[in-house]
Amino acid sequence: MSRAYLFRRTLIAIPSLLGISAIIFGILAAAPGDPFGQLVTNPNVPPAVIAQLRASLGLNQPIYLRYFHWLIAMLHGEWGFSFTSRMDVATLIMQRLPVTLAVLGTAEVIAVLIAVPVGILAAVRPYSLFDQIANTFAYVGFALPTFFTGILAILLFSVRLHWLPFVFQDHVSGTGWVWIWKEVKQSIMPVMVLALFQGAPLVRFVRSSMLDVIRLDYVTTARAKGIGKRRVLMRHVVRNGLIPVVTLVALQLPGVFGGAIVTEQIFRVPGMGSLLISALLENDTPVIMAITFVFAILVIVFNLIADLLYGWLDPRINLR
Amino acid sequence: MEETDLRRLINNVKRGRLSRRGFVKRMAAVGIAAPIANQLLSLSGVAMAATPFDYKPTKRGGGGTLKVLWWQAPTLLNPHFATGTKDQDGSRIFYQPLAGWDAEGNLIPQLAAEIPSLENGGVAKDGTSVTWKLKKGVKWHDGQPFTADDVVFNWAYASNPATAAVTSGSYTYNKAIKVDDYTVRVEFNKPTPFWADPFVGTNGMLIPKHIFAPFIGAKAHAAPANLKPVGTGPFKFKDFRPSEYVSGVINTDYYEPNKPYFDAIEMKGGGDATSAARAVLETAEYDYAWNLQVEWTVLKQLEKAGKGVIELVSSANVEHIQLNNTDPNKVVDGQRSSLKAPHPTLTDPAVRQALSLLIDKDSVQKYIYGPEAVATPNYVNAPPRYYSKNTHWEFNIAKANEILDKAGYKKGSDGIRAKGGHQLKYVFQTSINGPRQKNQEIVKQACGKAGIDIVIKAIPASVFFSSDVGNPDTYPKFYADLQMYTTGSNYPDPWQWMQSFVSTQASQKSNNWEGRNITRWQSPAYDKLYAEAGNEMDPVKRTAMLIKLNDMVVDNIVVIPELHRMNVSAQVKNLVTRLSGWEDDMWDVASWYRNA
Repeated sequence: MSRAYLFRRTLIAIPSLLGISAIIFGILAAAPGDPFGQLVTNPNVPPAVIAQLRASLGLNQPIYLRYFHWLIAMLHGEWGFSFTSRMDVATLIMQRLPVTLAVLGTAEVIAVLIAVPVGILAAVRPYSLFDQIANTFAYVGFALPTFFTGILAILLFSVRLHWLPFVFQDHVSGTGWVWIWKEVKQSIMPVMVLALFQGAPLVRFVRSSMLDVIRLDYVTTARAKGIGKRRVLMRHVVRNGLIPVVTLVALQLPGVFGGAIVTEQIFRVPGMGSLLISALLENDTPVIMAITFVFAILVIVFNLIADLLYGWLDPRINLR
Repeated sequence: MEETDLRRLINNVKRGRLSRRGFVKRMAAVGIAAPIANQLLSLSGVAMAATPFDYKPTKRGGGGTLKVLWWQAPTLLNPHFATGTKDQDGSRIFYQPLAGWDAEGNLIPQLAAEIPSLENGGVAKDGTSVTWKLKKGVKWHDGQPFTADDVVFNWAYASNPATAAVTSGSYTYNKAIKVDDYTVRVEFNKPTPFWADPFVGTNGMLIPKHIFAPFIGAKAHAAPANLKPVGTGPFKFKDFRPSEYVSGVINTDYYEPNKPYFDAIEMKGGGDATSAARAVLETAEYDYAWNLQVEWTVLKQLEKAGKGVIELVSSANVEHIQLNNTDPNKVVDGQRSSLKAPHPTLTDPAVRQALSLLIDKDSVQKYIYGPEAVATPNYVNAPPRYYSKNTHWEFNIAKANEILDKAGYKKGSDGIRAKGGHQLKYVFQTSINGPRQKNQEIVKQACGKAGIDIVIKAIPASVFFSSDVGNPDTYPKFYADLQMYTTGSNYPDPWQWMQSFVSTQASQKSNNWEGRNITRWQSPAYDKLYAEAGNEMDPVKRTAMLIKLNDMVVDNIVVIPELHRMNVSAQVKNLVTRLSGWEDDMWDVASWYRNA
């Protein structure tokens, strides 16, 4: 791995990002409606006012000009202002980021902490009872979308049992332990729903990648040398088996920043996903552009990190 | 009852020959409810017996936090830039107008000391001005006094074209003048019978001059106070996160005694209508949920949990079917549905009549909307004083067949009627929305039995309700034979809304399809009466004229009104709210309280 490699990858990223931003901007501009769509059906708002409002946002300019204005501002580090709230887009995003990271980050951590050991154990004893149970759960989590498990959880824990609230509040009152307890209570359902969804494919992935390694000759050799079962597993199997898993997790991480649109909508978690969906519904171009653009950057960066990690973990792979 | 009879009775009350109660009784006998009868009296200058809201708390505060759930969330908190009800509701927690509308369409003073009328001299006899007296001693949340300067400033702010305020329509054809510190006169360009538009209701919320004065015109959108309101309302601003959350704390200087009852308010946004209903009706996590466009059977099921109740409030909204007067299949001057190409069959009164007999409104109400809507023959349904008693409707397939037979429409081998080479085959469009598609099916089936073939078309709401000139599927273009949606007057006075049938308003390419007359109906008689009603200062005569306008639309079957729809919300059992179909839900949040 060389500096030249890093440099080249960064250079390649630039046209990709430009292309992504141009395509998203073009699609948004071609989509019907604008932030003042609701006003059109209101007979009390004269068309001249709507035209004035559109002009004040520069919506009367040609698409390419609007794109270049946006691009130049972005290069200066200016994210622009939301069409609907007129708030600085960076402020809007920073309002949502902590909750997003807390909820999705916790879910990801829980998913990894459960999926990795479960996947390993399942692979050690394939087709055992444990493996079958783990597999069943993995398939269930894999097959059921979050809007289904989310509503199921709400019906069970909120409506039936009255244990947990299902409207997530960013502004929980109270201090100390009371506050922590309230936060935990309201986070349990969204976090578990997301953890199941993210963890399920991970279990399958860990299991199959472990099975690939377990069958290899060097593992048999290590066993034949009389090394303990545990040591063979941890030192020789897990270490090599988890290399692709690390990559997978690295590729999942941008999603933690991007938010979970469906789950956030169900539990009213004020994260990036709900910000994106409300911006989409209101044709709030600057907000949509900022979120998707940041997301694109994160995907590219984490792809690069995954590649670098791969080379670092497995010296046989040569990055050129 | 004719206008002349009405007037005679009202005069009798005025002269003391008939008691107020006697008048109300007689009105009831001809089917006019007490609130409307009272309204007629007050419109005619007989002082109104006020029916005050029953407010029980005897001290200010102590009610804890009021938690309300909006499934859309406010994006900014300046009423002059509110692009939807969500923004208006968020603003209304902090800002107030001079007066608001109650559920019956009566004016209730908020920042005004009293409601102007012809009798107290507030309303000029010729209808060219109205004088408002302001409450004294009202303070903005930052302690500054509220005066006539603030009111005049709001006019200057909203009427400035560079400000591009969405409220500008209410401040364009008039001028606000300060008479003294607590008196403001609104002067109109021409006699204006409906004077209660500027500074009243949703469009009338007042912002403080001392905060917004530097941000008038093009700079208006940069004002920090657009996101941090300083108002006169029952709650002071605490926190705001666009598209998510608004909160306020009690205003201990609020001008009404013992109000508000609640110590704080939290408005949470986001999610969907069904789960919002659930959070109130099933788990009571929230006290109130707004605008629950949820199927009635679902709501009813949720209500069974016993935690809350469903609230229905009458609004002006009417779900109706429009009949295109122009031909959507012929291109003239680069546009379909041109005024120059009359519709080959839909302009035939016989076909219109047959269609109106084929709409099974009862079934639509019973199986789709439940009590959320009421079958109606009228386009104007509220306030009740404008509800016409002269119209009726029926569902009768046999009669429709008879009319079409008589008119010479013969069934072809495919079972579709035709005359002169024109088949009765219609494209029926609406927005994608569960209840609407079921509604379309009901219409299609009935029409099929009368030899009229309906082709159903459903368009995404974001396209259908947009003004996109490049898209053929928007409702203002109406490139179809029939279309269905909900519309309603924003004011308790339907005059402005009734311009939807004025000939010159026809939605055409020449006006970028911004004209309000979507059906492109052309009627000199309607235009004439509409213009006259716009200048008529006598409230009783005007009411009769507006009812007549409705009757012309219904009798000529320009549109087929289907259902008068209600505003639906949910609240927990012990909460007492004051809602109005003419206002934001938050219009009188100061009066909300919890029963012990």
